[in-house]
Amino acid sequence: MSFLPDLTIAAALDGLAAKRFSAVELTAAHLDAIAKLDGQLNAFITQTPELALQMAQAADAARAAGTAGALAGIPLAIKDLFCTEGVRTTAASKILEPFIPPYESTVTAQLKAAGAVFLGKANLDEFAMGSSNMTSAYGAVTNPWQREGSGEKLVPGGSSGGSAAAVASRMAMGATGTDTGGSIRQPASFTGITGIKPTYGRCSRYGIVAFASSLDQAGPMARSVEDCAILLGAMSGFDARDSTSAERMVPDFRAAVRRGVKGLRIGVPAEYRMDGMSAETEALWAKGIAWLREQGAEIVDVSLPHTKYGLPVYYIVAPAEASSNLARYDGVRFGARVDGEDLIDMYEKTRAAGFGAEVKRRIMIGTYVLSAGYYDAYYLKAQKIRALILRDFDQAFAKVDALLTPTAPTAAFAMGEKMDDPVTMYLNDVFTVPASLAGVPAISVPAGLDGQGLPLGLQVIGRHFDEETVFAVGAALEQAAGFTALPAIRAKEAA
Amino acid sequence: MSLDTATVRRIAKLARIRVDEAEVATLQTELNAILGYVEQLGEVDVEGVTPLSGGAQMAMRLRQDIVTDGEIPEKILANAPDREGRFFAVPKVVE
Repeated sequence: MSFLPDLTIAAALDGLAAKRFSAVELTAAHLDAIAKLDGQLNAFITQTPELALQMAQAADAARAAGTAGALAGIPLAIKDLFCTEGVRTTAASKILEPFIPPYESTVTAQLKAAGAVFLGKANLDEFAMGSSNMTSAYGAVTNPWQREGSGEKLVPGGSSGGSAAAVASRMAMGATGTDTGGSIRQPASFTGITGIKPTYGRCSRYGIVAFASSLDQAGPMARSVEDCAILLGAMSGFDARDSTSAERMVPDFRAAVRRGVKGLRIGVPAEYRMDGMSAETEALWAKGIAWLREQGAEIVDVSLPHTKYGLPVYYIVAPAEASSNLARYDGVRFGARVDGEDLIDMYEKTRAAGFGAEVKRRIMIGTYVLSAGYYDAYYLKAQKIRALILRDFDQAFAKVDALLTPTAPTAAFAMGEKMDDPVTMYLNDVFTVPASLAGVPAISVPAGLDGQGLPLGLQVIGRHFDEETVFAVGAALEQAAGFTALPAIRAKEAA
Repeated sequence: MSLDTATVRRIAKLARIRVDEAEVATLQTELNAILGYVEQLGEVDVEGVTPLSGGAQMAMRLRQDIVTDGEIPEKILANAPDREGRFFAVPKVVE
């Protein structure tokens, strides 16, 4: 029997169906990996091994009874931004340290209904604000990958860094992530896995701790394009409890993976060729273009003229929404409280003690750009340029079926790097933010290694609600790249 | 545009986050770096552009104005830092 944590979700579902192993065995193998590795990686804030085994037993029982769901027995890590009934949900913030949700997020409820097994709650940047997982109040996450000949600890990217590290190291077969400006795609690129941010509105936001509501979108992370398609199928769908949930049928994403790219028109946006991109990233992008051409796609040069304004727009819009969303953490109804002399004193002390530095910065920027006298100059202006960014995509998609770009300008960096000023860290998201602002779907697929042996991802961006083409192109890249490299730190079969 | 220390304190007050004197200078530098970075938006001509508030490709959905949930005070109060009976408790606001 093959080493279970090495299996893809697709292969594990086949194995479970053929009774080659049970869900309990599969879950136990992953719990064993967590016990061995998570002391080193810190990918989980909360581990739920007993619950996981109960869920696995239930999955085995359902399979025996012929009522198994689409994900029966598949062990997943859940980003600790999804509310899970009865299981502490922290958003990696001290202010939510005591919070045990009395309800379940829609996405996790759907995964549970499909029979998935939850291993625990994955670490992240505090309130999903970050690109390195260094802002978690529960400690940094270590990237399972290392530079060749160096044991220096690298970041897994962020904000879904714990999800990414858990999947890459084989502590979980897949994970939920959320993406506001790149938080699924950039960590997927940094850890050599696949992650998709679907179209805004595809997955319900109900029960996901809010950061920037017009951008936040849940999505899956896994070790193959097909696995992401399987997971997204279970996570998607209309939900009346999210006012921006799309009333759309969920297509067969898994079938789209095998469509191929013959006859597709793939756009290469000139504006993504920018300063600060590593030569290796640029070379890999060129390879990706060649791979798609060889498989029968037509490559078309396109222009997205407002690309460079994506990040500055994002750093007005996202903090503005965050300052409003995070006003709820006042020490009154849930979360931590620091007592004060009066109500205002209590609010101020609670928020000073409960929020970390990056969250405070973003709340304050958001407060400023929304304040009287500055709203038009900053927030309204940013919203207008956001409209121009969407128009860029609409015009490009009138000519092409999908866009191919790098996911991030560089490979994973070391802990402590890029921490000198906030803007340097923000530049990580330069290629991922525009798709978030436009609400279009985008996937990151591992496509090669840099000179130091670290994974690099390519990004495929598609039209609104056309995840199918995104999966088809992603799978074509995956097949051509033949990415088989493995991280240094991972679950291994006992010798 | 550059924020002075008085403005940083005012923003912190509006955001209901207590900052001590030592933090003000650091925040001033960091916030000014971010505002300096977004300054480039000034060069974009947005004449006649309708602002885009969200990523959803749809109009806001309306629903019936009816009660769909409720009668769960214990669930709602379960995470309260302080409570009295079926109420959230806060420091005294009225003398």
